[in-house]
Amino acid sequence: MIKRSFFKSKYLPYLLIFPQLLVTLTFFYWPAVQGIFQSFLLSDPFGRKSKFVWFYNYIELFTDPLYLKSIFITFTFSIAVAFVSISLGLFIASMANRALKAKALVRTMLIWPYAVAPAISGIMWLFLLHPSYGIVALAIKEWLGVNWNPVLYGSDAMVMIVMASAWKQVSYNFVFFLAGMQAIPKSLIEASAIDGASPFKRFWFISFPLLSPTFFFLTVMNIIYSFFETFGIIHTVTQGGPGGSTNILVYKVYQDGFVGLNLGSSAAQSVVLMTLIIVITFLQFRFVEKKVQYSG
Amino acid sequence: MVEKTPFLDLFTYAFLMLGIFIVGFPIIYSLIAATLSLEEVSRVPMPLIPGDQFIVNMKEAWSRGDLGTQITNSFIMASGITIGKIAVSMIGAFSIVYFDYRFRVVAFASVFCTLMLPVEVRILPTYEMAANVLSPLQSLWDFLHLNSLMSWFSGNDISVTLNWCLLDSYTGLILPLVASATCTFLFRQFFLTVPEELCEAAKIDGASPMMFFRKILFPLSKTNIAALVVIEFVYGYNQYLWPLLVTTNPKMTTAVIGLQNLIPQADDLPEWNIALGAAVLVMVPPILVVLLMQRWFVKGLIEKEK
Repeated sequence: MIKRSFFKSKYLPYLLIFPQLLVTLTFFYWPAVQGIFQSFLLSDPFGRKSKFVWFYNYIELFTDPLYLKSIFITFTFSIAVAFVSISLGLFIASMANRALKAKALVRTMLIWPYAVAPAISGIMWLFLLHPSYGIVALAIKEWLGVNWNPVLYGSDAMVMIVMASAWKQVSYNFVFFLAGMQAIPKSLIEASAIDGASPFKRFWFISFPLLSPTFFFLTVMNIIYSFFETFGIIHTVTQGGPGGSTNILVYKVYQDGFVGLNLGSSAAQSVVLMTLIIVITFLQFRFVEKKVQYSG
Repeated sequence: MVEKTPFLDLFTYAFLMLGIFIVGFPIIYSLIAATLSLEEVSRVPMPLIPGDQFIVNMKEAWSRGDLGTQITNSFIMASGITIGKIAVSMIGAFSIVYFDYRFRVVAFASVFCTLMLPVEVRILPTYEMAANVLSPLQSLWDFLHLNSLMSWFSGNDISVTLNWCLLDSYTGLILPLVASATCTFLFRQFFLTVPEELCEAAKIDGASPMMFFRKILFPLSKTNIAALVVIEFVYGYNQYLWPLLVTTNPKMTTAVIGLQNLIPQADDLPEWNIALGAAVLVMVPPILVVLLMQRWFVKGLIEKEK
């Protein structure tokens, strides 16, 4: 789309778009192409010799039980994070939307974890869930009778990173749900109240369906978040351990490529992730953009 | 709202308090831990009454983690990303919306497709790129056999190696994160809503494109810029993977990365009071930005994702 009235200039538009294109070409497209190219090569760790091996890296990857396990872990992790943070965000937002007084104050008090870096959220939860010092760990041990030890047990470590990731994301979801709820016309709520619908029914039959676009959008965003942005949490909290039980795909790319110097496999993993995010982005634009009606 | 529901209201406020408590708990707890001595913090359960060691712990954390240098680095990185991103995408969007030229659609599409290429999916090649930004030119040079061509031309053996390394530098921390599809898209959407008459009037009055940009478009975009400043500052400050890759020198690393070294490992003294003190200190700047500019922040967050 372009404006009806526009400027004419021979060189100026190119000059203006040049910095943007330069950065995207050097740091986005060139590396991406390199990555795709490398995924077809088998090279020694020092990158001196390499051989073109077609799909060898991919075949190796998808027959590697560790990689299949990592895929499973990533999906479990992202579904858990999305579920916990979205349901908490929705719950708190629906409460905050009912609060007549101090709405602004409530919002202020709930918004700030957004500014906390994932890695810092990881450090705090590492302490809260520390097997010997953590207070939440103590509560789990005392009340639930679980032998809590995320250093030894994979499932406990998974719970730990889910908590750290979901906690940070609650305020993001809260902001969107609250904005969504405030955009619902008051007249709808009032009309149904006159018809005798209880607050719960109003929520369930009016607010909730009208929030479904927000809901879908947040599901996508939370899954992207837990796929890609939780790297800091994994790196500070578990480093993929114990025994690879929290080694999500992005962390595995880093470990295999940057630490383990297995260049071909890491590149193939990158290409798999790239495909994945292209699919997610496509779905997002296909479904979100069409169904959502934003009011400005 | 529409009816009187005293019980439900009570329930609402009770759960709201609980929600605020759950959200705030990790930070408050860390803050308390940062005020305790080592002996107190390793007691199980840790006392919930703040101690008097706050200043001592902070000083220790500050010097041990070299937080002064690292927070400065974080600030430089965050501000660089913020300013760079907004400047680059604003003029980019201006070019796309207000000019008609042959590669307009191609340019927009190529910027937009970067949405699908976050750093996380191209870790290693991007690192190699940062290690030598001129490597594409080098391959072109080698491909064209320019070395032998030049040798032949001059009669001597000449070999040209192009090398520009961005590792361990501010440029390396900032530059690769400056391109942004979402920012460009946001400015494009905004420019499209600017009334046509403004541009027509400016043209009739004989304003040049840059004059129009400076005198009309820029002032109109101030709210959008404010909103993006908040979002991008937090984004830049909290970056993890990229600074982890490009910096190896502790003097160049950012605060969020540096914290990792303060976490007590299994065999260390459990100095959680120091680690959490440092964590609290490091998270203060972005939290302040978000709280002080809350109105812009919420606007930015919601606009940006449209």
